[in-house]
Amino acid sequence: MIEMETTSTNLRTQEMVLNMGPQHPSTHGVLRLEIELDGELIVDVRPHVGYLHRCFEKHCEAMTYPQIVPYVDRMDYLAAMYSEIGYAVAVERLLGIEVPERVEYIRIIMGELQRIASHLVAVGTYGLDIGAFTPFLYCFRDREKILTLFEMTCGARLLYNYIWPGGVSHDLPPDFIRMTKEFLTEFKPTIVELNNLLSYNKIFIERTANVGILPLETAINYGVTGPNLRASGLKWDLRRDDPYSIYDRFDFEIPVGKGWHGTVGDCWDRYYLRMIEMEQSVRILEQAIEQIPEGDVTSAIPKRIKPVEGQIYTRVENPRGELGYFIVSKGGLQPHRVKVRAPSFVNLEILGELCKGHLVADVVAILGSIDIVLGEVDR
Amino acid sequence: MKTTEEIFEVLKNRYSEDIIGITNMPPEKIIDVKPDAIFKVSAFLINDPDLDFDNLMILSGLDDANGTKTNQPDGSFEFVGGTLSVVYHIESTKHRHKLVLRVSVPKENPVTESVVKVWACADWHEREAYDMVGVIFNNHPNLIRILMPYDWDAGYPLRKDYKNPEFYQGMKVPY
Amino acid sequence: MIFDYISSFLGAIPAAVIAGLVPMVFIIPFALFAVYWERKVSAHMQDRLGPMRVGYHGFLQTIADILKLIQKEDIVASAADKPLFNIAPVLTFTGSYAAFAAIPFSSAYIGANIDLGVLYIIGVSGLVVAGLLMAGWASNNKYSLLGAMRSAAQIVSYEIPTVIVILTLFSMVGTLNLYELSELQSSNMFNWMIFGGTVTGWKKIVLIPLMFAAFLIIYLTTLAEVNRTPFDIPEAESELVSGYHTEYSGMKFAMFFLAEYANMFAVSAIVTSLFLGGYHSPFGYLGNTIGITWLVPIEQFFWFAFKGIALVTVQMWLRWTLPRLRVDQLMVVCWKYLIPLSFLIFLIVSLLMVL
Repeated sequence: MIEMETTSTNLRTQEMVLNMGPQHPSTHGVLRLEIELDGELIVDVRPHVGYLHRCFEKHCEAMTYPQIVPYVDRMDYLAAMYSEIGYAVAVERLLGIEVPERVEYIRIIMGELQRIASHLVAVGTYGLDIGAFTPFLYCFRDREKILTLFEMTCGARLLYNYIWPGGVSHDLPPDFIRMTKEFLTEFKPTIVELNNLLSYNKIFIERTANVGILPLETAINYGVTGPNLRASGLKWDLRRDDPYSIYDRFDFEIPVGKGWHGTVGDCWDRYYLRMIEMEQSVRILEQAIEQIPEGDVTSAIPKRIKPVEGQIYTRVENPRGELGYFIVSKGGLQPHRVKVRAPSFVNLEILGELCKGHLVADVVAILGSIDIVLGEVDR
Repeated sequence: MKTTEEIFEVLKNRYSEDIIGITNMPPEKIIDVKPDAIFKVSAFLINDPDLDFDNLMILSGLDDANGTKTNQPDGSFEFVGGTLSVVYHIESTKHRHKLVLRVSVPKENPVTESVVKVWACADWHEREAYDMVGVIFNNHPNLIRILMPYDWDAGYPLRKDYKNPEFYQGMKVPY
Repeated sequence: MIFDYISSFLGAIPAAVIAGLVPMVFIIPFALFAVYWERKVSAHMQDRLGPMRVGYHGFLQTIADILKLIQKEDIVASAADKPLFNIAPVLTFTGSYAAFAAIPFSSAYIGANIDLGVLYIIGVSGLVVAGLLMAGWASNNKYSLLGAMRSAAQIVSYEIPTVIVILTLFSMVGTLNLYELSELQSSNMFNWMIFGGTVTGWKKIVLIPLMFAAFLIIYLTTLAEVNRTPFDIPEAESELVSGYHTEYSGMKFAMFFLAEYANMFAVSAIVTSLFLGGYHSPFGYLGNTIGITWLVPIEQFFWFAFKGIALVTVQMWLRWTLPRLRVDQLMVVCWKYLIPLSFLIFLIVSLLMVL
């Protein structure tokens, strides 16, 4: 944080309002930031969202439960599998049904692959925000391999419609396990490569360490979740702390921010936590691939979803944080109300708090480290 | 770790006037709170060391659609009377317990209290609830629309009787 | 030099025009090549192929791009300050073009053999700052203005260590004439200034590390003067969209682009002339060996271009590897590290020369 002294405290200079976005290379979508500047120093940041609002929640009220699945894909389009897992878990808990073993394993494999893919985009675009172009392309090269795996499983590369309430749309293709194993062996060295190229770069550390520090108290009060919360030092991961699916069977660690190069909860911590989480996801994937049982994957899919009157809030650990679905049923074929707790929406709220007193260049660094997807913010 | 019933007892003893009751909406149990008491109840919930509800997971506004349904000549319908609700899902990261609170306000006068001073993340959630179902939160620092355009004057889209306007700023709405 | 030769039989004005056009013959093909080269270098660093379609391995890609830029509509924002907006790209290019006048490409060609050659180049490059400021102001765009302000602050700051390093050299050789400086570094690689020049004995051993440091300083500062990564904050894409040239399109944008690449070579040429022996070959000349003396200047030109392009390639390499500094860190690097260090080197070298 930069401190500047004014020569005369009585002198009141006029602030410049800089409008960043909705079209801007590093707002990660159509986010508009109204930045009040004193020179290059930030006085205030006001985010304006809603440019990508697609009335998701209104649509849900007019559709049956299975019909909603393709729509949840379009919220967090970088982690569509995880949106589907969240929705499927919510509907299953509302109905009170169990899903077969194999389905649980498939979901975890898909979810963790998706987490790696999503973190790769986050890390790569973060490098891009700081000005390093090359790591971005390295990240996308590896993400491409994951998308190929998804494509051979369900035919789509970004919006899958694969995980349904009660099961998955069809079984894994015969080569999937072998190719995933190959990918994992290829991917492990690239994390090291990426660390050497970007994470430990002196300029990169200078730009991100001690920038945008998020204290733990503030983080919890603002409802920040996911890697951003863990970077602030709380060991809080819904895969452990509010278990869903079969995550309790796997052996993995939950990394927390330690202030490696600065203060706990700065941009570098948030960035680096995603690197460690990718390693942990690889660990989960290796175990899941070894253990996956044979079995039927579509047997538990209900023919007709008609829950009794009631409501439920379930949440899963999306790559960006706590993705929650609040579903109210009035006993019909369509939900009465579906409200999504989008992690990006809640995490973005902290931006104004974090940016105060920093420079314009830091807005980009802080925004990138929060890692938002505008499709999910605006729904 | 406390169950909803235990917390309900604690709240009932302290705020007997303001706690309406406990409703079962399987699989969740909801504690109903009076609109003008939600601020002090939530301030108690976060400050009490045994409860310590420091995390607001989600705050959702919903239209209960429980008024009298009147059909209009053009095929649409309208609800007269009934309530709007605000549902608070809160948890404690220390004690690992969860709680669901609900506030119901009459549709004609949908005013309740803001909890932004208790949980800062309620800011945008309340703006969204205002934007989508039209609940007004007193003492909110900046209660304006969030996802819809700031000058949207055709009502609140997530109410069940919402009708699309024909024009917005001179543009035909369903293109 | 070339001017004197031509004016002896054509008169002063035609000679000036012809002598002035000669660098253009170099700059335009160089810029075409450098843009292609930058794309290929970056592509191969990033596991890509780069342009492959136009010509053999995309060799004609830049020409296709130029054709596209020429055809583009020349958009001027309605609220822009039109005269300034139109002059700015020309002025920027003039600044970098005028610098080429004093660069010794070979012993037979130097546009103007000025006694204060280095200072002239540094001075005339200052025009670039004026051009950038004009562009930023006239665009009537806040991003452009911020970018222009940053670049003015940056270029002015980074000129100080550059000039101090040049002063260091001056204290060693006593001339600022680039031609004479190049001639001093002839015959042997160890006469290059980076190896302590023509100084002999124990002083040379002391000088070598100092000169290496001075070389690094001047390379870094010139890198900052041409706004390349990691000092590209004036046009920081992710923050300021493109900085001062956000509002430019078509040929005016191409002018900025051309000026940037011309500048890249100009600063590499200065560094080459000052430290890396100028146009001199490290090994001796083929022309001298086989007794064809007119071959020597041509060889010299190739050596000069080779060294210049090698330095430009290092600039590209840095650009595609490193992230970007923040504006205050950039100033810290200059004022807290480079300037004191260059002063220290200046002091030690001057003392050594007196001893």
